[in-house]
Amino acid sequence: MQLTLWTYEGPPHVGAMRVATAMTDVHYVLHAPQGDTYADLLFTMIERLPRRPPVTYTTFQARDLGGDTAELFKDAARQAMARFNPAAMLVGSSCTAELIQDDPGGLAQALQLTIPVVALELPSYQRKENWGASETFYQLCRHLVHKPADPSETANKPAKARPSCNILGPSALGFRHRDDVKEITQLLNQLGVDVAVVAPLSASVADVQKLAEADFNVVLYPEIGLAAAQWLQRQFDQPYTKTVPLGSHATRDFIAEVCTLTGLPQPAQDPSNAHAHWYAKSVDSTYLTGKRVYIFGDATHVVAAARIASQEMGFEVVGLGSYSREFAREVRDCGKRYGVEALITDDYLEVETQIQSLQPELILGTQMERHIAKRQGIPCAVISAPVHVQDFPARYAPQMGFEGANVLFDTWVHPLMMGLEEHLIGMFREDFEFHAGAAPSHLGSTRPAAENVAPIVAAPVSAPLSAPVATTTPMPVAAHAPTETLSTDSVQKVAAPAQAASNQATWSPEAEKELGKIPFFVRGKARRNTERFAQDQGVATITVETLYDAKAHYSR
Amino acid sequence: MPLVERGQREVFCGLTGIIWLHRKIQDAFFLVVGSRTCAHLIQSAAGVMIFAEPRFGTAIIDERDLAGLADVHEELDRVVGQLLARRPDIRLLFLVGSCPSEVIKLDLSRAAERQNQIHHPKVRVLNYSGSGIETTFTQGEDACLAAMVPGLPASAADTAPALMVVGTLADVVEDQMRSLFDRMGLQVSFFPPRNSQAMPAVGPGTRYLLAQPFLADTARALQSRGAQHLPAPFPLGVEGTTAWLQAAATELGVAPEVFEQATAAPRQRAEKALAVQRQMLQGQRIFFFPDSQLEIPLARFVHRELGMDLVEVGTPYLHRQHMAAELALIPAGTRISEGQDVDLQLDRCIADAPDLVVCGLGLANPLEAQGITTKWAIELVFTPIQGYEQAADLAGLFSRPLKRRLKLAA
Repeated sequence: MQLTLWTYEGPPHVGAMRVATAMTDVHYVLHAPQGDTYADLLFTMIERLPRRPPVTYTTFQARDLGGDTAELFKDAARQAMARFNPAAMLVGSSCTAELIQDDPGGLAQALQLTIPVVALELPSYQRKENWGASETFYQLCRHLVHKPADPSETANKPAKARPSCNILGPSALGFRHRDDVKEITQLLNQLGVDVAVVAPLSASVADVQKLAEADFNVVLYPEIGLAAAQWLQRQFDQPYTKTVPLGSHATRDFIAEVCTLTGLPQPAQDPSNAHAHWYAKSVDSTYLTGKRVYIFGDATHVVAAARIASQEMGFEVVGLGSYSREFAREVRDCGKRYGVEALITDDYLEVETQIQSLQPELILGTQMERHIAKRQGIPCAVISAPVHVQDFPARYAPQMGFEGANVLFDTWVHPLMMGLEEHLIGMFREDFEFHAGAAPSHLGSTRPAAENVAPIVAAPVSAPLSAPVATTTPMPVAAHAPTETLSTDSVQKVAAPAQAASNQATWSPEAEKELGKIPFFVRGKARRNTERFAQDQGVATITVETLYDAKAHYSR
Repeated sequence: MPLVERGQREVFCGLTGIIWLHRKIQDAFFLVVGSRTCAHLIQSAAGVMIFAEPRFGTAIIDERDLAGLADVHEELDRVVGQLLARRPDIRLLFLVGSCPSEVIKLDLSRAAERQNQIHHPKVRVLNYSGSGIETTFTQGEDACLAAMVPGLPASAADTAPALMVVGTLADVVEDQMRSLFDRMGLQVSFFPPRNSQAMPAVGPGTRYLLAQPFLADTARALQSRGAQHLPAPFPLGVEGTTAWLQAAATELGVAPEVFEQATAAPRQRAEKALAVQRQMLQGQRIFFFPDSQLEIPLARFVHRELGMDLVEVGTPYLHRQHMAAELALIPAGTRISEGQDVDLQLDRCIADAPDLVVCGLGLANPLEAQGITTKWAIELVFTPIQGYEQAADLAGLFSRPLKRRLKLAA
């Protein structure tokens, strides 16, 4: 048994629903108790689908258990067939039906339906949502994909025909899948590649049957599409792409990979809409250098985000992790590249603890990390499912390709203080609008300023308005030094509980006042560093001198 | 006779009741013993609330528990210990049964007893089932309250009749009701209480009013402790609230002029506020899908006080005795349905082309996409809707979608 307050992934049958709902003419008959229909509203509310997911539930109740739940299943399948007239049917059990051990596959077979019926074995007490989606899509491929026409006929194809590929992995309830497909389709078309089938999203049974006819596969989301792609390679020698085009660098690698696979010439230049690279080089972005970032989400998005953060944004990756156990090895390897140990867990409390000890300046994560970040007053951007309704936006917002890189740049930088804004705050830090207690503008003016300071120490920050104007004389580095000079090894020091340290050293009123001049977004760290320094040095009262000694110490 | 249907049901299970119950009883924790599906359900239903260190969670059964590799009771000991160490403020713990725990016949009542011995006297441990195979949505509250009844302190046998209001009401509504009863000179207790340390006493002197229509088992349990039910319509709208208060006033001997004095002002205020809403809703045809058992009292309210026409009133379960006063106020011949076959009901709904459909979130957007205006039903359970001061708010919940449709069409 595992105590769970929040879960990153749903049960595997929700993954199967994601595949069924993505497709156009598949129906899923799910042996499940009354109540499991709750999952419908993930699709109708979060993704705002204007139709019901194509799922029929047997919704058995306690009084059915003594009787014939198998008959109930057969009735449901028969009625779903008559009403929805699908081109293929998925049948399976939810967690409770798994326990009562009816056999949906065998029962459906007995009905002798005229359409392909795919029986799903989704072990609910071992596996989770993404695995369920991957397995469902793989089983659909195994049952549906036709052998392509004879190679000799293929050879007779007109010589000028463009190479073609399938896009595998996008599904219902996928984070930005809709726009990623659009972006990557455009990108492939510009290279000279036709997209034959996108699956499972918007695919029909007939589309899936044709999968083997394309020249190669593009795996956009390995969590869902990789198993099917590997099978297609084994069965039909159909190669698949290994690079996920998330970020400018990865998109270029992806283009190179596609060109190698197809023999097409590589474009000499990025397209005219590739702005992210220049934005990151522009001087306003200098302040992003070395920002300490923590990354958590599904494996694909985490591995990609780490590369973007480090190579394209100039951040320092101080921690990363994933809830995708199936891809733990990839995430661990990725962690090694940045000198951090990857956290593989589905327990958000572990993630929260790690974030607390690392005190990053930016968190990239799921909606769970968004809430952790809000509690800790740390800027955050969402990079991975699970996400809430606001991350299924009306506007075009891909993550992949060059437009995706633009979107990522904006999304990640927005919660941070822009360079110019940071500079101005340093300059006017005694100004009434930028006084010590003022909340960051992006957190809203109503946010009580105390929240920024409160978790660190109880002592109030001196009233900033009365502070002498003379202190505008430069100490601009003070604002940034403690942040920027923190390397991974000094992180360990920060990790020590702040509370214990603050109990031991007393702040002199002058030092407290001086501390108040440091902008709020680094003040907590400056305070902690100073206290740790004071403790190490055996200083009982922290004076202005101690403050600057500590600053010098940590700047080395 | 209502139309009784069986088939696919698009409803929540009783676990969902935890979402509002945990907010009412402030020192209680609800630990579901179930699967990842259960955890996912509560998370989806609780939305943003899940992040506020909520007082509910799930002990997820895994393959080791199923294979008998781990002793389930020892596992539960460990999980409960872990939980109580993390939340030392908890005084009442509910072990909540789910479909998986019911199907594998995990004896949660024995588990609760065992936990009681371990954690006595600091924490009391109770159990009930919120499984989908046994309970629909609000029936989870019924099961929870019924589990508390045997532990309620006994009131002395010779005490004068005392009033108890049964069913979770929003704190603001509870306060209003208390003040109305105060003005009538009546002492009243509320069940469930806001704190597990302040359980109301029950005994032969207890007269109870049901504030919610879904409390069949709780009523039965109270009855077995000697309490007497006061039949009344439910306190929705001006008429319902007045009749509900009247039932208590009559039984406990409140003079008519005292009753009039206590209720006249809020009643008139509510009637005035309702008149505005009535203009919008008069003559509109409404269709209720089954969800919470609140449908029949709501239908009575929208028909009699807002002038809406009832097309179909669906309820997951119809308790004829508790609903008798309500059914008497609903026009004869109204199509009432109990249970559900969702595809057939959708066919009827589309054929009837009502002006407003009350349904769950799984159906709302798909119906809107077909041009049918909807009001999602769960809001009626989470929003304060009972009593005089909320009557117009309740009406507003029905008029808003129609108003919006007009605005967007313009």
